[in-house]
Amino acid sequence: MTNSLNKVIPLKQAIEQYVKNGSHISIGGFTLNRNPMAAVYEIIRQNIHDLHLYAHSNGTGLDELIGAGCISKLEIAYAGIGKAAPTCIRFAKAIQNNEIIFEDYSNYMMSLRFMAGSMGVPFLPTLSGIGSDILSKWGFSKSMRKSDPKIVDEKLKIIDNPFGTWTGASKVVLVPAINPDITIIHVQKADAMGTCSIQGLPFADIEQVKASKNVIVTCEKLVDKEELRLNPDLNQIPFIHVSAVCHIPLGAYPSAVFGHYDYDSQYLRQYAIAAKDQDKNQDKFKKYQDKYIYGVKDHEAFLNIVGQERIDAIKADPRTGYAVNMKRD
Amino acid sequence: METIQPYTPKEIMTIMAAREIKNGDIVFSGTGISMLAAMAAKNINAPDSVIFFETGAIDSLLEELPFAVADPRIMYWAASNSRLTDSFATMQNPITGQRVIAILGAAQIDVYGNLNTTCIGDYFSPEIRFSGSGGGCDVASFVPRCIAFMQHEKRKFVKKLDYLTSPGQLGGGNSRIAAGLRPGGVSAVVTNLGLMRIDKDTGKMYLDKFYPGITPEKILENTEFIMDVSKATQADPPTQTELKILREECDPQRLILG
Repeated sequence: MTNSLNKVIPLKQAIEQYVKNGSHISIGGFTLNRNPMAAVYEIIRQNIHDLHLYAHSNGTGLDELIGAGCISKLEIAYAGIGKAAPTCIRFAKAIQNNEIIFEDYSNYMMSLRFMAGSMGVPFLPTLSGIGSDILSKWGFSKSMRKSDPKIVDEKLKIIDNPFGTWTGASKVVLVPAINPDITIIHVQKADAMGTCSIQGLPFADIEQVKASKNVIVTCEKLVDKEELRLNPDLNQIPFIHVSAVCHIPLGAYPSAVFGHYDYDSQYLRQYAIAAKDQDKNQDKFKKYQDKYIYGVKDHEAFLNIVGQERIDAIKADPRTGYAVNMKRD
Repeated sequence: METIQPYTPKEIMTIMAAREIKNGDIVFSGTGISMLAAMAAKNINAPDSVIFFETGAIDSLLEELPFAVADPRIMYWAASNSRLTDSFATMQNPITGQRVIAILGAAQIDVYGNLNTTCIGDYFSPEIRFSGSGGGCDVASFVPRCIAFMQHEKRKFVKKLDYLTSPGQLGGGNSRIAAGLRPGGVSAVVTNLGLMRIDKDTGKMYLDKFYPGITPEKILENTEFIMDVSKATQADPPTQTELKILREECDPQRLILG
């Protein structure tokens, strides 16, 4: 976003500055991998609400945000946290109880929408979903779409292939671009200017970042510019897209960061048990949030409660990038 | 002639799906039993098949079974850790796309092989909300051959889906092509009771194989829609070799086989 040489600021300040009530936001990662959890928990602590979240396949970050009441509108392809919650629990509850407005797309459609946003084109075409209810059922009503200038008038469009039957396609589906106000990702390495090096699968983080008006990067390692410039081929995100850099070791915990740590299946299972709780008297979910989110001042304090034992248990093996023979619930 | 070994429903399902995979296929896999089927095929009948995940990892060295398609276990020793957009491109690429076979799961399937992974009940106010399409709709739209893995129950084999997430043959006959999709979608359905296929002309599901000990009548009892069982024959049970490889090489800890 800016070319300033040093964009390093505390996470609390970055969230205050870039995430507002009503912001359109996307978060990086996929289900239980590289979710920017430190930032998610900070958004919850700052009680930011009425967020409009764009997601392809989100997991633990999405479910925490919904569980804390931060999200009012959602455009999504998939919500799940692996074995702990094949369907995100608070996501399902919010839809079943009519607490959020939601719109379903496919993963490819959402990825293309971010890509269109990153390219500055109004839409990209796909051959996905023809004949499905993704095309016919709209979660956002036409009137709601018309009344909100930040939401495109139509969910998608199906048109005849303007090039006849070139490549054998008679019709194409057009999916509209997304340009979030803010995207937050967590990466292995960044420098103070915001250049990022992601190890393992990048998912759609690069498209999400490049589509976004502002970008917060949280990183495992804050490294010297020289270290990243020695191997530019390994850097997927140049600094020009980035607004703020926050150095947060274990910033994706309890989701995984390839080469650094695994997902904590034990934490995720405990989360799922608390999130599922129906008993108002016990209120396990509120107790969970009070203990791990509201009751701590930042991610470091959160990790202190989690404890060194868990952190040691998920430490990645340098050869494989994950915790070999880790007990997985 | 090998003697028939006792086996579990999960084991026969895995072997039946593995037999669908041909040598050289590029296997789009989810996690759980579908990934085990892909691994079994690679170890038994299709050594040159390649496993890939919608998250973008291709031909990973799966020293440990991943529990999610974003599990860091799939990122190790892959040919490429590519972007999400690349994995869907692989399925549509005119050269590689034709070699792709996908394995999918669903909450509901209809007689035309259309799938629901979105909700039970009204879409806007559902009784049960599921995870949603993920890449399922994309895969069913793009991939020429798809295997659906299902538990065979009446509430899952339904006359009408509560939500059509992933297109199969839509309304049957030529309707998939007429709507504008390329040929593809679910072509085989592997359940705990038998193997169904989609008829190329009618686009309707028929019973191809029932497992030893299961009758076509039992399968019909567990299917809400009308299904042709006239061509059905008994499936060959898993061989000793297939079971040995599945148990000893693919899932020695029985993480998925249970």
